[in-house]
Amino acid sequence: MKRYVVWAGMALGLLAGSASGAFADNGPQLLTPHYTYNAKTIISGARLFATNCMACHSIKFMRYEFLTHDLGMSKSDVHKYVMLPTGSTFKDNMISAMPTGMAHKWFGLPPPDLSQMVRYKSQDWIYTYLLSFYRDPKRPSGWNNHVFPNVAMPDVLAPYGGIVNEHGKLLRAGDESPQKFKEQVTDIVAFLRFVSDPSVVQRHDKGPWVLGLLAFFTIVAYFLKKEYWKEVK
Amino acid sequence: MSFKEWFVKRSPLPEMWREHMAEYYAPKNFNIFYYAGSLLLLMVVLQFLSGFLVLAHYIPTAEGAYDSVYGIMYDVHYGWLMQYMHVDGVSLIFVLLYVHMARGMLYGSYRSPRELVWIIGYTTYLAFMAEAFFGYVLPYSNLSYWAGTVITSLLKSIPFIGGWVTTLVRGGPGMSGDTLGRFMALHVTLVFLVIVGLIVFHILYLHKVGSNNPDGIEIKANKGPDGHPVDGIPFHPYYSVKDLFGFGVWLIIFGAIIFYAPTFHHIFLERTMSTPANPLKSLPDVTPPWYLSPFYAMLRSIPNKNAGIILMVFAVLIPFVLPWLDRNPVKSTRYRPITRIMLLIFFINFFVLAYLGEQPPLPKYFFMERLGAFIYVAFFILLPFVSKFEPTRTPPARVRFHAH
Repeated sequence: MKRYVVWAGMALGLLAGSASGAFADNGPQLLTPHYTYNAKTIISGARLFATNCMACHSIKFMRYEFLTHDLGMSKSDVHKYVMLPTGSTFKDNMISAMPTGMAHKWFGLPPPDLSQMVRYKSQDWIYTYLLSFYRDPKRPSGWNNHVFPNVAMPDVLAPYGGIVNEHGKLLRAGDESPQKFKEQVTDIVAFLRFVSDPSVVQRHDKGPWVLGLLAFFTIVAYFLKKEYWKEVK
Repeated sequence: MSFKEWFVKRSPLPEMWREHMAEYYAPKNFNIFYYAGSLLLLMVVLQFLSGFLVLAHYIPTAEGAYDSVYGIMYDVHYGWLMQYMHVDGVSLIFVLLYVHMARGMLYGSYRSPRELVWIIGYTTYLAFMAEAFFGYVLPYSNLSYWAGTVITSLLKSIPFIGGWVTTLVRGGPGMSGDTLGRFMALHVTLVFLVIVGLIVFHILYLHKVGSNNPDGIEIKANKGPDGHPVDGIPFHPYYSVKDLFGFGVWLIIFGAIIFYAPTFHHIFLERTMSTPANPLKSLPDVTPPWYLSPFYAMLRSIPNKNAGIILMVFAVLIPFVLPWLDRNPVKSTRYRPITRIMLLIFFINFFVLAYLGEQPPLPKYFFMERLGAFIYVAFFILLPFVSKFEPTRTPPARVRFHAH
């Protein structure tokens, strides 16, 4: 028995070693958003997202109904705060209002779909990116970003968070306190995390039952094995 | 005549059951590593089931593949379960394959008379590699696109016909919907059937010569008055109930990963799998999945493409001759301390290579990669000499076993 523990410990150590390695990134230092991942945070993020992001960015794999099914938002709330006035129905995918052809014309490339953005770039990256805009008169949009240099996207959250120059000097204060603004950005990140894998609700709902059932099966199998192996001398 | 008699008279199944289960005598001293074999069988069945379900929703075209794969995640009832089972199952199969092979190397299971068992098993491992590669091109993510491009470009270095073969495999000059059609056919039918066939032969060849055990001694050399090995026990019911318990423990691990860590810190499901294929946006560093990265690290350790490919192909194929490289009469490394240390270094080195293969191609890793490749090759070159001259302890006459 003791031997197995040692072996298991070694295996776990190696696994942890490879895990930390797979994360290695050479970009700028990223900040980590701290929040509780629950329906309240995600819904608050959904409302901010619909107000500020969805005019340009689609989340094409999501449907409006997921917000009621999985998060428990009421239909009227979804209609009022999230759904765009584009004539889409409740079962429709959450597609932005911007025509793709126009997006090409305005930005060079259409704004990317954000369904899988947390999976692709990580939460930390999106959080830091949204907090890293600065005023840059040399850019056509007037904005630039420390994490994503020369990005085409303007700082749409500036009314909340205020405007800074390249060196972080405040040019104009936003409507929200810095603390509140960070919370809002965190909510958007939480919503995008949910969007990247809505199965999390079902997984965490059913996980304990599945694992419990398997544990029960394993215990029965263990005693069955023990009973049979008594005869082996 | 009862139905049973009627059936037994006409069916080969009862005889097969006796030969491979009820009267197949296996050594009684199997340890924890011996679970890997039966767990692999379980995982192949689960991969088949989840694969069958995701295939029902998959569209093998350049325009439809990525969206259809995410359609399974978002829109199909329990699609996330099928998808995560299929994705995480691959990594777990390779965990088991490596444990299974390492166990064979530790206890000398590849040695005479089991050379063919080893060769068939190693071929199955290579078939799994091909199956995994074809599989991760299918979602047509950006990683799929560029990994597919890189791996198929290896074929270009085949002398004379390389260019022709590459075009044939890709279905054109580059990756496209035609590639997906080909790869789906290979993934779902040909390579899968080859794997199933190889597994059947692996087990048949094993049952012909009998299983090895941690002490590396032949239990058939010591038979009781009933003609059965005294240290052997019938596979059924003893190992079938033991493996049932193993299934339980393993499924708890598998379930915990699916329900609580489906991407496994993006080791089992890489980040670049979550963005669609884009021929205009090459990835800064295309790294293979963790289970292929040791060989990729060796490929990369040589700055010349063809020389790197030769080293990689050598590294992949050399284990085939392992049964003839080992020349010591003692099989198990329990009684061969020097080989045991060499093997442990070899295993750790393999992990280190896997880690290096996942890193971006930076100069700071070059030395480590070369050292890793050197240790890998050196093991196979040293083995014939070390095994010939190393001091060994005498294995016991009977297997070591403590009753439970």
